Amino acid sequence: MPKDVAIIGVGQSTFVRNYEGSIRELAFEAYSEAMKDAGITNSDVSASIICSAPEYDKQRSPAGLMAEYLGLNPQPTFALESVCSSSTSGLRVGYALIKSGLHDIVVVLGFQKMSEITSADSQERMGRGADIMWESPFGTMMPAYYAMHARAHFARYGTTEEDLALIRVKATKYGTLNERAVYRKQLTLEQCLNSEYIASPLKKFDCCANADGSSCMILASADRAKEISKKPVWILGLGSGTASLTMTGRDALDGLNCARVAAKEAYEMAGVGPQDIDVAEVHDCFTIAEMMAYENLGFAEPGKGAELIREGETYLEGKIPVNVDGGLLSKGHPIGATGGSQVRTIVLQLRGEAGDIQVPGAEIGLVHNIGGVGIYGNVAILGR
Amino acid sequence: MGFEKFGHVSFTSQTKTDAFVEYLVKDEIRATKCRKCGRVFFPPQADCSSCLESDMDWVKVEGNGKIISFTKVNYGPTGFESDVPYILALADFGEVKVFGRFSKEIPEEQIKVGMEVKIQAVSLPNGQVSYQFIRD
Repeated sequence: MPKDVAIIGVGQSTFVRNYEGSIRELAFEAYSEAMKDAGITNSDVSASIICSAPEYDKQRSPAGLMAEYLGLNPQPTFALESVCSSSTSGLRVGYALIKSGLHDIVVVLGFQKMSEITSADSQERMGRGADIMWESPFGTMMPAYYAMHARAHFARYGTTEEDLALIRVKATKYGTLNERAVYRKQLTLEQCLNSEYIASPLKKFDCCANADGSSCMILASADRAKEISKKPVWILGLGSGTASLTMTGRDALDGLNCARVAAKEAYEMAGVGPQDIDVAEVHDCFTIAEMMAYENLGFAEPGKGAELIREGETYLEGKIPVNVDGGLLSKGHPIGATGGSQVRTIVLQLRGEAGDIQVPGAEIGLVHNIGGVGIYGNVAILGR
Repeated sequence: MGFEKFGHVSFTSQTKTDAFVEYLVKDEIRATKCRKCGRVFFPPQADCSSCLESDMDWVKVEGNGKIISFTKVNYGPTGFESDVPYILALADFGEVKVFGRFSKEIPEEQIKVGMEVKIQAVSLPNGQVSYQFIRD
């Protein structure tokens, strides 16, 4: 198992509907927490990677602003975007910067203030999340695309709307325990099943909410990590993949190929398999996304994801606890910050600092973060 | 004729594949086919990503397609608010797959994964042109 790059600090703002501050102040919340967690100062940082989806920013080129506001001049800074997976793409680039020897301590900061633009502007941008020449002209939206994946999964494997609702029920259970989540109410199976259709078969409660939030990871070389950190969490495996933006370019819709490709690479690099994972954070922007993740990550065979949730195996006490921090469904989904928040949860789990949601003795954790409707897939495997 | 005529709401006016709209007006749905390697592209591409040439023919998308998946959209993005609900679908026509909408005359209850469809060109009330899936 490679132990070349470690995560020595993590931070996250509370995720909220409307952050009452500017993007620089939002970013500061996660950054200051991560730096205190790592026990280092600004001058220790060798470079920063700033991750956000720029269509929500009024500030042009926010990386420059953040480097100044966070006290990271004159070190280099880089902006990085892969929509909803931006900050785990940042993790990969940060890893490469350290492994190459160019830098020894790298800050990966993700943020998104989705309320920065008006609701009307946001609706307009959502329509352009697809191929704007050939698909957006039909009136596409994220829920519609994931709904088409859900329908294909139902048709091929017999998965049901109730199976998806069970995933939301689980998410709300853990959302009630997460003080940094947007959605903290427990929902019953009936409430989930009776909510209105957004894009059939997906209903209101199959969808996560937009949010404002920030996350931060401090990465360090092995030498620096051993010198600074009492509890470094090692990046054991990383995988990334892509799939076509257009639906017409995909072989099938009952899974996300970018995630399969990313998982394979990450498992091989770490030298572990799905059976070795003690706790996982997967990209549940919609309930069907978590279902497909179970299968694409190998926690269940293709088509058997529903059995995992029906049998409660992805709860804290189950065989493979998934999204026991409430997931995106409860936390909310501030695009650029989401991946870093997932990594933070796993880091806390591996350090034994996850409180009410601690998986006892967790040694190896996995993060699965998807950009767009399966355009970009990132998987990270972390260990003590 | 510009590409901005394509679709319920257009986001693109200039493309080397704007002949697609001219064919659509003549009730034809066409794909591009690479003259060098024979690969067929739908949606049409001006350039071949297999052999990296840009010499294309226009070929008809005909016959029956099979529905791969579909969804009834109840909330639309900006520009589509008055248009909802509508049904989006992906269909497999063998050599190519086609993404589009179902004719509004077909209710959701009658649509199944695996059902056979044809595509037809349509003129929209706002003067735009598009295509839709109809029952075989």
